[in-house]
Amino acid sequence: MMKKSIGRRSLSSILVVLTTLTLTLSGCSSKKAEESTPDVTNATETASSSENSETETADSTAGADDLSKITIGIPQDIDSMDPHMAKAAGTREILFNVFEGLVKPDQDGNLQPALASDYTISEDGMTYTFTLRDGVKFHDGSSVTAEDVKYSIERNAGTDGTDPLISAFSNIDKVEIQDDSTIVLTLKEANTEFLAYMIVAIIPASNEDPEGNPIGTGPYKFVSRSPQENVILTKFDEYWGEPAYIQDITLKIEANADSVVMDLEGGSIDMYPRITSAQMAQLSDKFDVYEGTMNLVQALYLNNAEKPFDNELVRQALCYAIDPQTIMDFVSDGKGTEIGSSMFPSFGKYFDASLNDTYNQDIDKAKELLAEAGYPNGFDFTITVPSNYTQHVDTAQVLVEQFKEIGVNATIQEVEWNSWLDDVYTNRNFQSTVIGVDASTLTAYALLSRFRSDAHNNFINFSDADYDVALDAAIKATDDDEKTKNYKECEKILSEKAANVYIQDLPEFVVLNKKFTGYTFYPLYAQDFAKIKPAN
Amino acid sequence: MKKFFSLFKKNKATGERNTFLLLGAIITGLMLLMVIVGLFYTPYNPTKMDASAKLQGISLKHIMGTDNMGRDVFSRVMYGSRITVAIATFTIIIGAGIGTIIGALTGYFGGIADEITMRIIDAMLAFPSILLSLVFVSLFGTGTYQVAIALGISFIPSFARIVRGEFLRCKNMDYVEVARLQGVSDIRIIFVHILPNTVGVLLSSVMIGFNNAVLAEAGLSFLGIGAQPPHASLGKMLSDAQGYLFNRPSYVISIGVVIVLMVLGFSFLGEGIKRIK
Amino acid sequence: MRYILKKVLSMVLTLIVVSLCVFLAFSLIPGDPVTRMFGTEATPELIAQYREKMGFNDPLLVRYFRWFTSFLQGDMGTSYDYKVPVAGMLAEKIPITLTLAVMSFVIMVIISIPLGIYTAKYENGIIDHIISVINQIIMAIPPFFSGILLTFFFGVILKIFTPGGFVSYTKDLHGFLKYLILPAFAIALPKAAMATKLLRGSVIEEAGKDYTRTAYSRGNTTNAVLYLHVLKNAMIPVITFMGMALADMVAGSIVIEQVFGIPGVSRILLSSINNRDYPVVEAIIMGIAIMVLVINLLVDIIYRIIDPRIEVEE
Repeated sequence: MMKKSIGRRSLSSILVVLTTLTLTLSGCSSKKAEESTPDVTNATETASSSENSETETADSTAGADDLSKITIGIPQDIDSMDPHMAKAAGTREILFNVFEGLVKPDQDGNLQPALASDYTISEDGMTYTFTLRDGVKFHDGSSVTAEDVKYSIERNAGTDGTDPLISAFSNIDKVEIQDDSTIVLTLKEANTEFLAYMIVAIIPASNEDPEGNPIGTGPYKFVSRSPQENVILTKFDEYWGEPAYIQDITLKIEANADSVVMDLEGGSIDMYPRITSAQMAQLSDKFDVYEGTMNLVQALYLNNAEKPFDNELVRQALCYAIDPQTIMDFVSDGKGTEIGSSMFPSFGKYFDASLNDTYNQDIDKAKELLAEAGYPNGFDFTITVPSNYTQHVDTAQVLVEQFKEIGVNATIQEVEWNSWLDDVYTNRNFQSTVIGVDASTLTAYALLSRFRSDAHNNFINFSDADYDVALDAAIKATDDDEKTKNYKECEKILSEKAANVYIQDLPEFVVLNKKFTGYTFYPLYAQDFAKIKPAN
Repeated sequence: MKKFFSLFKKNKATGERNTFLLLGAIITGLMLLMVIVGLFYTPYNPTKMDASAKLQGISLKHIMGTDNMGRDVFSRVMYGSRITVAIATFTIIIGAGIGTIIGALTGYFGGIADEITMRIIDAMLAFPSILLSLVFVSLFGTGTYQVAIALGISFIPSFARIVRGEFLRCKNMDYVEVARLQGVSDIRIIFVHILPNTVGVLLSSVMIGFNNAVLAEAGLSFLGIGAQPPHASLGKMLSDAQGYLFNRPSYVISIGVVIVLMVLGFSFLGEGIKRIK
Repeated sequence: MRYILKKVLSMVLTLIVVSLCVFLAFSLIPGDPVTRMFGTEATPELIAQYREKMGFNDPLLVRYFRWFTSFLQGDMGTSYDYKVPVAGMLAEKIPITLTLAVMSFVIMVIISIPLGIYTAKYENGIIDHIISVINQIIMAIPPFFSGILLTFFFGVILKIFTPGGFVSYTKDLHGFLKYLILPAFAIALPKAAMATKLLRGSVIEEAGKDYTRTAYSRGNTTNAVLYLHVLKNAMIPVITFMGMALADMVAGSIVIEQVFGIPGVSRILLSSINNRDYPVVEAIIMGIAIMVLVINLLVDIIYRIIDPRIEVEE
């Protein structure tokens, strides 16, 4: 009844209002649409450099092709700016640029003198003497003193009665200042590898707020951070070592891993470490991809105290059921490095490639072992995987298919990282889990000590008397050959006892815009921003 | 039956066809067919991986292509629809079931229990449902059942609200008074006399609720909380597929279209039913 | 007046229930801030020590009471994760999410009101049919999917939008607002579709009522009837919906902030839930709850202004 009688005028006025408002809203964007129309068809192809810089000018405050700045995407916010409280690998690799220890690893995995210009280790592996480097400044301009070193080490050793922040530091007996530039560290028990722990960050003793106002000695200093948004660093001009190339670094938190490719192509980030091979396949040739390894031991970790994995035969059967190469084919297009024990190739002399062949896929053999163990018809079990790690979730999916072949029925349970930490890692309430275990320091000890039967972080409940003996012998050994021999013995035991179903060291792909170059891999978690430089 | 079919024909009085009802019925029918057929048959094993057939485009062999593990997307969609429908159905059973009972009792009896329940329901409604289910999923853990329970609980308050409103409206009506005077028990009045009168409102809420459950599940999957692999729900599959938008758009879009169709079918049906009157 | 007082009182009660629920819920969730703090390097001793230090060993009610009293004094505590006061941390993020919500709201209103009236006016016309089909389709797309499609279309194909190019309002206000347009549309479209549908239905219903017929019979022109009587009454359910939509937009931005990489309150909320950063979670949820309840109250008041005849039961 209203239909016909309402006047035309009201309708048109409504439409006018509507269109005007829509136009006002989209006003600023439509202007840009005209600018970039010529290249519309080239959506995912390489954009011409002129068009590229145009987008830059329009969209960032930085200005055209300003190579003194770089924006780097990181998958999650850092957990602490206080280097002694920062535990996540993703945080440590960034703080590498802000903080330094007495020694510092180089890209080949050797420890180089850093804040200490020189050091001596006593013959018996009990006393470490460090000579402080002259004229090293903190980011606030003050000089690094022996007091600061003592403070930093003691803070981690918990000598004030608290528990050590780094458990290995409970081995420290005392830290003494011999003179203004000499510090002597005495251990309770001999350990010739303790130098590797001296990468611990040295921070000023006078800093009351190491979290809000982080002060270090590294090539970059902290400027500001905004939760879940970014962390901003700038070059430290008074750095003692080789100066960095890029002036300003913005670390942008990429909460949505699936938008990384779009963000790279759109120009809002210039670099992203740890891209997946699937994402890599979608990148245009505006980018270089650096290929390295993640330096971790990816395995199906089995709870050795839980049925049926308390039975060595069952664990071995699972090892025979899988084929690491097939997993790599699915998860990272065939890239990755097979491993056979808790050690990865970056460790050079400690890595034993022959262990890769302890088990080669053999379905019949696996079934035989299962029958022998009393499971002729297989069994059911659960694989718990932290949902934030795509590679581990994908690996678990392939494992499930491979276990089907031997009649074992696995179910995947994805959990949040915190639940994983709580249930799996801390309370050891799990059957199996796919995870990558990394090394916090450049020592074989960092990877192998957790499998000692009484280790606090032995989350798989591995227990083997021979292993404990070999591990102790390795730690105490002052002779390098003997040490290596014992560590290799440890690895062999892990492999033969099938402590875990070892898979691979995952490949790491780092994307860097071609405007920049010089990305360098380290054998442990470190992103060295100081080595990145403009391409020309 | 004849009457049922006449709903789809042109209305003789107005000469109009109920297009929404027709479209809704066709789409929903196709979706249901897919789910039912999927119970017995899928073109490929939905979890069978093939490294040599990763991320293939649409072809006669794979009508929706293959995913990053070389699995047939259409087979996975058939399987995933089942899980999505199951989650949504569960959600509605929990949400509408418990919500109706709470709404009916509080609306009919009123009093202090009503006051307290309403405060709790207000408190729950003060959270948007995605937030509420996020909290519940954190509580119960991730997994198909957990997601359904979490969504179901977060749907209770809105159903309780609606039913309570209906009961407040109806409880003083003549027919209720008459029943009361005849000495009919309260419970009987609630479930036999009043409840059938709220079916119309409830039915349209259920349809909307079903769609909201499908969409909410997709949202949760995007946030990383959803059904478990390898048997993913449609939402989880869509969220997995978005990472391949550049090199295999057909993968993402085919799954997206199935979700949209599933929701659309129901909302067309709902719209069509409304227009029958 | 008495009515409003009563409403406010029940609001306070609701808030207490909300805060208690959140507190309870999070004490039941597996994973706690201390294990998260030390990650894979935790030792049982270290965990015990820090649990004691952070007061987690006190009974639940003691902790709740402690939190509640300081909350009343305006102290929202310190974030476990960022070790900064929650209030300051959120103050920085609220403008982002609020701007996004207000923008979405404005877009929703300017799309839905004209469309709603138009489709009602030409009920069953060809445009009405087209729009109602489009509406249904828009409502059927999962929000994150439409976000991704919008980003892909405007960012990658048309190149008029930089994906992930968010800049903070403190640095570049214009760039900030510009970046938010697309996410705002992603949030607003489904709401606009619903509001259009609702308004259309409501106008048609009101137009069929007796008073409208009376108005016609008195010789009023259609437009006068439409704007003076019909619209005023038809807006009542729409206002309720829009009030709820505004509240929903703040929290509905959880998914959209994630899709578009906007570091607003919702993203903080999500990461705080994941990281078990309870003081932050409590503060944000209380904030959202207060906002929802205040909006509900305002909607109630607007009701009474539009139509003084409304007597509220209860």
